[in-house]
Amino acid sequence: MALPPPDPQFVLRGTGAAVHALHFSCGSQEPDVPILFSGSENGFIHIWNLKTHRVDTALDGHGRKSVYCVETMGGKDRLLSQGRDQRICLWDLAEGRTAVTDSVFTENVGFCRCSLLKVAQGRWLMAMAAKALEEVQVLELPSKTSVCTLKPEVGAKLGMPMCLKLWQLNCGSQPLLLAGYEDGSVVLWNLSIGKVLSQLVCHQEPVMSLDFDSEKAKGISGSSEKVLSIWSLNEQQNLQVYKTHKLVNAGISGITIRPDKKILATAGWDHRIRIFGWKKMKPLAVLDYHTATVHCVSFSDHKNPSERLLAAGSKDHRISIWSIYTQT
Amino acid sequence: VCFIPGGLDCSISFVSHVLGKVCVHGRQKEILSILVPHLNDLTKSDCIWQRICWRLVECVPDRWMEAVVLGFVQRAPGADALSRLLGNLVVKNKKAQFVVTQKVLLLQYGHTTAVLQNLLGYLSLDSLRRALLIKVLQELLETWGSSSAVKHSPPEQQQYISKAILICLSHLKEPEIESCRQELLTSMMEGVKCHLDSNLPQIRRLGMIVAESISSKINTDGPVLKFQYEEDDEARELKSLLVQTPPFCVVPSIPDDDRNGKADAALPLVLESNKKSHAAAPVTPDEESDAELDSDDDLIPYDMSEDKELKTKAPVYIRDCIEVLTGSEDVDKWEATVKALESLVRKNPAATREVSVELAKILLHLEEKTCVEGFVELRQRAQVAVLTTNPIPVIKYLTSQFYSLNYSLRQRMDILDVLVLAAQELSYPKSRGKTKHSGVQKPCIQLLPGSDSSKDWRRIVDERIKSKTRRFATGQSQVELASGPNEFSSVAGHFFFPLIQHFDRPLTTFDLLGEDHFVLGRLVHTLAVLMYLAVNTVAVTAMGKALLEFVWALRFHTDSYVRQGLLSCISSVLLSVPAERLLEDMTEELLETQSWLGDVVEKDPDGDCRRLALQNLLLMENLKKKLKTVPS
Repeated sequence: MALPPPDPQFVLRGTGAAVHALHFSCGSQEPDVPILFSGSENGFIHIWNLKTHRVDTALDGHGRKSVYCVETMGGKDRLLSQGRDQRICLWDLAEGRTAVTDSVFTENVGFCRCSLLKVAQGRWLMAMAAKALEEVQVLELPSKTSVCTLKPEVGAKLGMPMCLKLWQLNCGSQPLLLAGYEDGSVVLWNLSIGKVLSQLVCHQEPVMSLDFDSEKAKGISGSSEKVLSIWSLNEQQNLQVYKTHKLVNAGISGITIRPDKKILATAGWDHRIRIFGWKKMKPLAVLDYHTATVHCVSFSDHKNPSERLLAAGSKDHRISIWSIYTQT
Repeated sequence: VCFIPGGLDCSISFVSHVLGKVCVHGRQKEILSILVPHLNDLTKSDCIWQRICWRLVECVPDRWMEAVVLGFVQRAPGADALSRLLGNLVVKNKKAQFVVTQKVLLLQYGHTTAVLQNLLGYLSLDSLRRALLIKVLQELLETWGSSSAVKHSPPEQQQYISKAILICLSHLKEPEIESCRQELLTSMMEGVKCHLDSNLPQIRRLGMIVAESISSKINTDGPVLKFQYEEDDEARELKSLLVQTPPFCVVPSIPDDDRNGKADAALPLVLESNKKSHAAAPVTPDEESDAELDSDDDLIPYDMSEDKELKTKAPVYIRDCIEVLTGSEDVDKWEATVKALESLVRKNPAATREVSVELAKILLHLEEKTCVEGFVELRQRAQVAVLTTNPIPVIKYLTSQFYSLNYSLRQRMDILDVLVLAAQELSYPKSRGKTKHSGVQKPCIQLLPGSDSSKDWRRIVDERIKSKTRRFATGQSQVELASGPNEFSSVAGHFFFPLIQHFDRPLTTFDLLGEDHFVLGRLVHTLAVLMYLAVNTVAVTAMGKALLEFVWALRFHTDSYVRQGLLSCISSVLLSVPAERLLEDMTEELLETQSWLGDVVEKDPDGDCRRLALQNLLLMENLKKKLKTVPS
């Protein structure tokens, strides 16, 4: 007899607008509190104190335009945020400051979230959708120098890039980029030569979100249809469809695999968060709390496995925090 | 009364005379209650007694024959008994034939079903008499199928004739049916048409049942006529007449067998269900163990049975609703819109006011695309909501459409229903204070898709009459009711006068005074309710006067449903218009109406009409008394 799904451990209220981006920063030691960053449609980035469940600070840096991506760069003191004001902002939050130290003007009016990858101490690569329709630009941060611009070949008709993921097999190896496009295909790019390594058509509709497990060389993507597509990368760097998983309701806005690669969570347009086992895509739970589309899901980076959390941000202005499958 | 048995020739004409005289003086019951059982027993086995009995009745003089025959028919315990007692009297005696075949069946209708069974069974038992049976059936069918009979004869008589027809049909044999198949078919078609045309549901149902029975008799193979109607005790009783039970059926042993049979049947069912549950149980552990072997780690899934498809959301804006209802191919969305429309309209009055006439038009023409539960009610509630949000333009639209071309009767009646419900809502006091009036009852007009709403309206008027007559003796209670302005007051006239305006102007597809008298009946009832709800409004006097004139113009209408409506109109006028106004402005109309009411009480064939007319007269009396007691 299966147990009914758990309730959220707690719910964060107070954003006042739909939540589009979430990022945990819980790895630091005491006396630092675990923190959750959230980006909302009203342009604010809220810093949530996960001990008191209250907002510690609210950052206003995108001119009240929606913030749809938040990432930390090596700790909770340095934050990157991307908003609909066509800017990517870098923040310095140490010692209570709330200053924007730098910003990148992307000239892109889309919704594609940027992807960050740490390649060396103090050096980052960031992939983002560029000004031209189908292009992806990779910058090095904090120098903001352009590493490469990835242009699909003429006639490829990929459409806008919808979601990006920079990864490398291990430190020191080649960074690669996985990009999901508007036409439903996932493309693997080689950054050093700026060429396509492999392209796979996974969906009929635009790829809304993807995530990749570099250890198992397996990835998963979701779109606006009822199918999740799981694909793998073989030795020749070719993408192949591994399997598909059919959903009850159409529409996925976010997918994320937990850092320990055991489970993954999807954020659905049907207001539900679904948990799957990553090994065999076994459905584990359907978390039904929100009353509107869930826009984003994020796993926490707690050092202690039993404290791990899952956060989901939704159009109903709430962030639900769940503690699920923490025993493994 | 003893007879000398064995071989003596005796004249019993004296006895016949005595019998006849006694019966005609009204003493049938006493004498026949002794005579008939005696004769029944005596004639059971003895032929001589049978002949004696036949002689007895044959010798009764003609002028007393009717009483005697009727008495026998009523008293005989069964058709075969009657056959033994009367013999071929009906064939031999003209008067008896007249009584049995014409008078009892066509001219009277007070006899019980058992009497009918006796009589018709008797006719069927002898080959000489069977010709009469067929003749009787033909005449019954002729009456049943005549439209004037259906319109003017009381429902009780129509039921009686229907029963007789059904019993006749049950007695007919195959060759006889063959010979008159064509006739049966024609009469059935004609009869069914007149019956379905009627406004009273009881008549319609009678027609349907009889037609079905005839059809099943003449088409023993192949498709038979089947109607949809309410099955209740009356229908079941009628249908049971079609089947003749054999006279000596073995009754006592059956209940025991039945009980044993039922117990036996119950046990296997229990065993089966037990087996099924056992079979089901092993399956799931297998599945689970498979699943555990499959899964790599100890991640146990939670219960995901609640994970179902998300229902489509209805649009949130009125204009979106309009779009979906007029054009959308998406049936899920259409369904969701239909369900959500009423609450949306009520929550957004300002937005609704902008598009109210358009929305009313769409709703009037809205057809059921998918099978939505309660579609008619949803649509009607939405229409009422639209009307109450923006009364005047929508009423103008609806009343003009009522008299326009190319609407179905269903749509016209929809308009009437919506007008009534909206009027009720508008006239109901919005702030509901707690009241201690025991006599005040909230008039509740039920939403029924059939013409049964007429019964409820009558009931409301009756209750109101009762409460009214009680109340003026007890006086006002001290509780102050919370009050709000009467929203109906400003629009009452808009509801009422356009409906009453064009009733005598026929259109090509809609003729209130002609064929569409059903709609006329509904219109009249609607006007009665609107009049009733107009109490305490400014326009009530003008409405009352117009309504009385309307009633006067239609007072001789042949349809009893329409007449009932007219009488409800009068009740409403008497109840709603203040007494002083009635007497000052409408004295002539009142007097004329009073004389008409007196006429109706005495001469109207319909029982309900007579009752309503009587109540109206009582109301008028009370009115007069009330005015006399109030010091001027």
